[in-house]
Amino acid sequence: MSKKFNQQQYNNTIKEYQPKPALLGNCLKAFLVGGLICTFGQVLTELYMNFMDMSEKEAGNYTVTTLILIASLLTGFGVYDKIGQFAGAGSAVPVTGFANSITSAALEHKSEGIVLGVATNMFKLAGSVIVFGVVAAYVVGIIRYVIKLIL
Amino acid sequence: MRKQGKQSWVYENPIYINATGTAVGPREAKGPLAGTFDKSFENLHCDEGNWELAERKLMETAVQSCIEKGDITKEQVDLFLAGDLLNQNVTSNYLARSLSIPFLCMFGACSTSMETLAVGSALVDGGFANHVVAAVSSHNATAERQFRYPTEYGGQKPKTATSTVTGAGAALISKKKSSIRVEAATIGKVMDYGAKDPFDMGSAMAPAAYDTIKTHLEDMGRLPSDYDLIATGDLSGVGSPIVKDMLKEDGYNVDQMHNDCGLMIYNSDQEVFAGGSGCACSAVVTYGHLIQALEKGKYQRILVVATGALMSPTMVQQKESIPTIAHGVVLMREEGQ
Repeated sequence: MSKKFNQQQYNNTIKEYQPKPALLGNCLKAFLVGGLICTFGQVLTELYMNFMDMSEKEAGNYTVTTLILIASLLTGFGVYDKIGQFAGAGSAVPVTGFANSITSAALEHKSEGIVLGVATNMFKLAGSVIVFGVVAAYVVGIIRYVIKLIL
Repeated sequence: MRKQGKQSWVYENPIYINATGTAVGPREAKGPLAGTFDKSFENLHCDEGNWELAERKLMETAVQSCIEKGDITKEQVDLFLAGDLLNQNVTSNYLARSLSIPFLCMFGACSTSMETLAVGSALVDGGFANHVVAAVSSHNATAERQFRYPTEYGGQKPKTATSTVTGAGAALISKKKSSIRVEAATIGKVMDYGAKDPFDMGSAMAPAAYDTIKTHLEDMGRLPSDYDLIATGDLSGVGSPIVKDMLKEDGYNVDQMHNDCGLMIYNSDQEVFAGGSGCACSAVVTYGHLIQALEKGKYQRILVVATGALMSPTMVQQKESIPTIAHGVVLMREEGQ
């Protein structure tokens, strides 16, 4: 039996053959694109506040909605997955990434019909985000409540 | 003696590929082998309403082209052997529904191309059929949906990932003499060296290709130099150097004659990560470029080893490793044709 390549060692042996992910480059790209998306969001909020006479809270809701709309359109036009390949977490973490996960799943399952295709599968990827979002909010809420009782 | 050594078959009657048919998607048509395909579609949807229909259209086009070039009618085909990557092999089953040719469905993931060719040739050799059509297909978008994420999902893929080839290939096998002879085949064992990453199938499949090539050479009593080309199916830029180094440890140097279909089908500037994969990868390269190179006399004898990752997303999520398989077929140029 061969020495360098054997079944037990295989996953270690092949590491030298696998191209290394460009960690620093990927982090920078994610930082830049993620930052750009957030800056764009801030610009939108300012515009809504200054030109449409909204409070900061109202403007925030409109900003999120606008970003979701843009991300969904970009997904439909086949652009968002290319941004995602470039930016990684930079375009996955903001709300635009959430919108992309829902829109892409909805598009993918369109051929299976509105109810069992689109509606059933829409949250296939985003479902876990919602579950953990709700659970985390609940846990943090309880902690906050307990601290408030103690103080 | 048809069985030779442990896992190899040598066909007793001369078995020939009378014709081949290939159909590909737009990205393959921009690759270096563009001129070798029978038909290329300008859009990924192949003018159909959804991805599954697009894949079926590809296989249908390849099979039609193959039967036409073989100068026979559909009714003369005794057996249709086909497979694809989708659940329940829907592309093959639904195409077989409209072909109404006796049908055996096969699945060996991306190794199905050589699996159908090897078994088809054996059935012709054994007299169970006079004309067999062997076909496979894969489609980038149906494979993404089946094995990974929705096509438009913006998840980042690592450099070790491969890109599923959109296309279909078909071959017409019979005893009628032609310039391409199917000489022998080696049926692979399922190998699993514990690789778990579905975004690095080249690494997972290299041991299967290694085992099949090594066993083939031992069974046939041959050396790598007996072949002008040893082509693996879709090991990509990651798996290809691994299989070469694995074979070197056993004293087989294939550096001179090895190439990988997944590396041949795209240009290096096409964004396909480590290379092409899928049933169609080895099929369209073999049934297009390689067969034509044999006909022209560029090669005299080649070994095509189609590699398959027998992967299921459910099993991957249950933390199982990825079993893999590889089947090899020897094609040779028949002189005087």
